[in-house]
Amino acid sequence: MPDSSIAVHGDAPNPALLHHFATEEQQRDSSTLGMWIFLATEVMFFGGLFCAYLIYRLKYFGDFGAASKSIDAALGGTNTAVLICSSLTVVLAIWAAQTARRGLLIVMLILTMLFGCVFLGIKAKEYKDKFDEHHVPGPSFSFDHEEIPGHPGEYANPVHAEIFFALYFVMTGLHALHMIIGLGLFTWLLWGAWKGRFTPEYHTPLEIGGLYWHFVDIIWIYLFPLLYLIDRH
Amino acid sequence: MSEQSTSEHSTSEHSKSPLPTYFAVWVSLLIGTALTYYAAKLDLGPFNAAVALIIATTKALLVVLFFMHLRHAHEKLLKLVVISTIFFLLILLALSMADFATRLKT
Repeated sequence: MPDSSIAVHGDAPNPALLHHFATEEQQRDSSTLGMWIFLATEVMFFGGLFCAYLIYRLKYFGDFGAASKSIDAALGGTNTAVLICSSLTVVLAIWAAQTARRGLLIVMLILTMLFGCVFLGIKAKEYKDKFDEHHVPGPSFSFDHEEIPGHPGEYANPVHAEIFFALYFVMTGLHALHMIIGLGLFTWLLWGAWKGRFTPEYHTPLEIGGLYWHFVDIIWIYLFPLLYLIDRH
Repeated sequence: MSEQSTSEHSTSEHSKSPLPTYFAVWVSLLIGTALTYYAAKLDLGPFNAAVALIIATTKALLVVLFFMHLRHAHEKLLKLVVISTIFFLLILLALSMADFATRLKT
């Protein structure tokens, strides 16, 4: 290997193949495996919150039902649909890169980011409603005379409802933080796509970014029914 | 080492277009979302939570298998990572629930 001091083969057919990998396939598989291991740690990260949620929901089911009912489920449902559409545009972006369609790739990346911004906008509206209603845990929290669903005349305990809202804000807030990081990631991918960095042979950053985006989508797929739809009938 | 052919694996992997699958998964996910929303409005007693979780898990599986390309993953290590992730998550939830369920109610 005459030029082992530099990372990229100058005379190799594909300059994207780094010198410590035997084949492109091995290089791609290593990146993908690393990303899946990172996602495993993310599952455990959110898992602790889901576990806390599960325990308190079993303990204070009625209060959680009343608190959940005060959130706008239509906004949450719309957000679920928005995220699902953004996941579709992500796979279409990767497909565009695989079939060397640079224009389509850029359009799909922009669409993904637009859907991401719409999601965060709707989330902001939801948070604003909660602030207006004094449903944010803290000194100004109030949740008095809210009926427990299915038990007319019985009112939810504000202390227990506050636990629900604490979990709601931490879980959706952490999810929103992941969305913001995802938007940053996709800005970088868009820059790369604009520069023409991604080819059918090399588009690993798109696949890795896509895995992250889909993971954040999956977290929301669970958050939506668990937080918004506890006791709606 | 420099004899690597670049067109070898990128085109031969999937000969037919994956687009119909992508759109079918997208439509199923949207239908799943509508189903969760309306199923929550029905009174199914304790089964409301079960129905919501079954729909959510089906949707998550669709995303993992088709959008995250786990179905076509040739790397077995990848499947091992995913299965152990689920396994460890279940340990976290099951053991915590075992503790919760066996405490004396005060």
